[in-house]
Amino acid sequence: MWLLNGLIVITLLILQRVLTLHLNAYYFQILIYIGINIILAVSLNLINGQTGQFSIGHAGFMAIGAYVSASLTYYMGPWFIHFLTTSVGLPDGIAKGILFALALTLAGITAASAGLLVGLPILRLRGDYLAIATLGFGEIIRVLILNTDAVGGARGFTDIPEYTHFFWLGLLTYITLLVICNLIHSTKGRAFSAIREDEIAAESIGINTTKYKVGAFVIGSFFAGIAGCLFAHQVGYLHTNSFTFMRSIEIVVMVVLGGMSSITGTVIAAIVLTILPELLRFFSEFRMVLYSLILILLMLGRSGVFGNSRISKIKMTM
Amino acid sequence: MSEFLQQLINGISWGSIYALIALGYTMVYGVLRLINFAHGDIYMLGAMIGYYLSGWVHGATEPSNAKALLILLVSMISCGAIGVLIEKTCYRPLRGSLRLNALITAIGVSLLLENGGQLVFGPDPKFFPQIVKVKEIIRFGDVAFNNIQLLILGVSIGLMLMLHCVVMKTRMGKAMRAVSFSHETAGLMGINVNRIISFTFFIGSTLAAAAGILVGLSNPKIEPLMGIMPGLKAFVAAVLGGIGNVVGAMLGGLIMGISETLVSGYISSTYRDAFAFFILIFILLFKPHGLLGKTGPEKL
Repeated sequence: MWLLNGLIVITLLILQRVLTLHLNAYYFQILIYIGINIILAVSLNLINGQTGQFSIGHAGFMAIGAYVSASLTYYMGPWFIHFLTTSVGLPDGIAKGILFALALTLAGITAASAGLLVGLPILRLRGDYLAIATLGFGEIIRVLILNTDAVGGARGFTDIPEYTHFFWLGLLTYITLLVICNLIHSTKGRAFSAIREDEIAAESIGINTTKYKVGAFVIGSFFAGIAGCLFAHQVGYLHTNSFTFMRSIEIVVMVVLGGMSSITGTVIAAIVLTILPELLRFFSEFRMVLYSLILILLMLGRSGVFGNSRISKIKMTM
Repeated sequence: MSEFLQQLINGISWGSIYALIALGYTMVYGVLRLINFAHGDIYMLGAMIGYYLSGWVHGATEPSNAKALLILLVSMISCGAIGVLIEKTCYRPLRGSLRLNALITAIGVSLLLENGGQLVFGPDPKFFPQIVKVKEIIRFGDVAFNNIQLLILGVSIGLMLMLHCVVMKTRMGKAMRAVSFSHETAGLMGINVNRIISFTFFIGSTLAAAAGILVGLSNPKIEPLMGIMPGLKAFVAAVLGGIGNVVGAMLGGLIMGISETLVSGYISSTYRDAFAFFILIFILLFKPHGLLGKTGPEKL
């Protein structure tokens, strides 16, 4: 396992070199967005797909990660790098690396703490009520950021250092997939899917549903925060318009389109739905209309492929 | 004090608009258990149809009450038809599959209406014509009531009363209540479930269109994306009152409208959107099914 992980890190480092030299900036950016969307979609899959808790506030946690990490690198970054390069004597690249690793950790931890703070009270709610409460939470975060002047408020947060490279992106996507895939195939993962299938039944066989629901929420938020950090240090400019509830919805669509409980499906859907709007750029102003039409047709077509699912057939014969 | 009263009046008139939109959400949720995300955009379409129609009948240059009524009714009926069309083409094929699939489709329809609207109507805001001239009619000291506010209140209360009668007193309303209880049982009793669902979409969409026209009268700036925020707030209002409950939607709408105008009047207008959601989360923590929602025992 260590060997495999080492190999992956080395491959990423080589790819980083090759891609930054040979890939044009536009494709490179799409590649970065694909990675960020995979992290977001897979982490939301843990909450929506595996544990069955319908959350549409994922962009809120992403925003927390983005703004907290950007504040760290923007306000503390220059001082920190100066300290590491002059007093400790590290080369500039490594100092930046350490700073970014710190920013990523901080982004994850703050988003996870927010997840815990929000999750404890609102996860008592069920179904659509939970959905709308998470949506509300996401909007509250957005408005609070909009009113915070230290992070730019309505003007937006500018001059964030651009630290997100392919290496970081690949590594974190890999870690996200590793953690979540291992988690859902463990004993705890069984508890998550038990809650999804039937919460009361899960409770009656001794699963502490609150603990697991909040757990899934916190882990999901952690990775959303990390994705936010990657996003902030990719675009270099943050505005709350990037974190509206439509962003959360986009992530939900990736999870649903990929087939709720399948991580592979989620990853594929994240890739397809990131590339699709770019491909449609060719149609200029018809782009978003086509995108929404394709979305509707995909949903209608998908249910055609799977028929009316098995549950309704059983009901018919009863 | 007089400022407070003025804010309260504004709040009530916004609240009644939220309530009109919220009714559509709550009724569709009642019969289909579907959050119809496209509902806010139907409200936008209502305002847009009103805009073009009034240009056509010269509603602004030679205003008359008959023309205003005509614009209101035509816009309501066309939006009703659009609502039914959306239900038949996009939601009906998904009935019986996972609820989340229908929800994503609803989001797709919403995006289609927003982006299609930007393409057809143009993305820049338009100014809704004054099909009813603004006149101040009642004044108590510093507090003034104009005819538009009174009209909004009158039309929305009238429509809500009509809706209440339809749901509680007619055979169609009885059938709607039966369908919302159980599709299968209602079908076995000889009710045409598909027709009832179409009817529900029709009624909900007409109410949203009416809200669109009324908003056009008081806030003339209309644009293809105008439905997003009010749609979301109205949905929150429906959840606040207990989704699926008609009286709850009205109550929720009023609470949202009043609290929002008070917050933007006394605290800061930038916190307005956050406050609505804050109230929602706060109330849901104590009443997890909304203010008037039903709480049944949980079963396996």
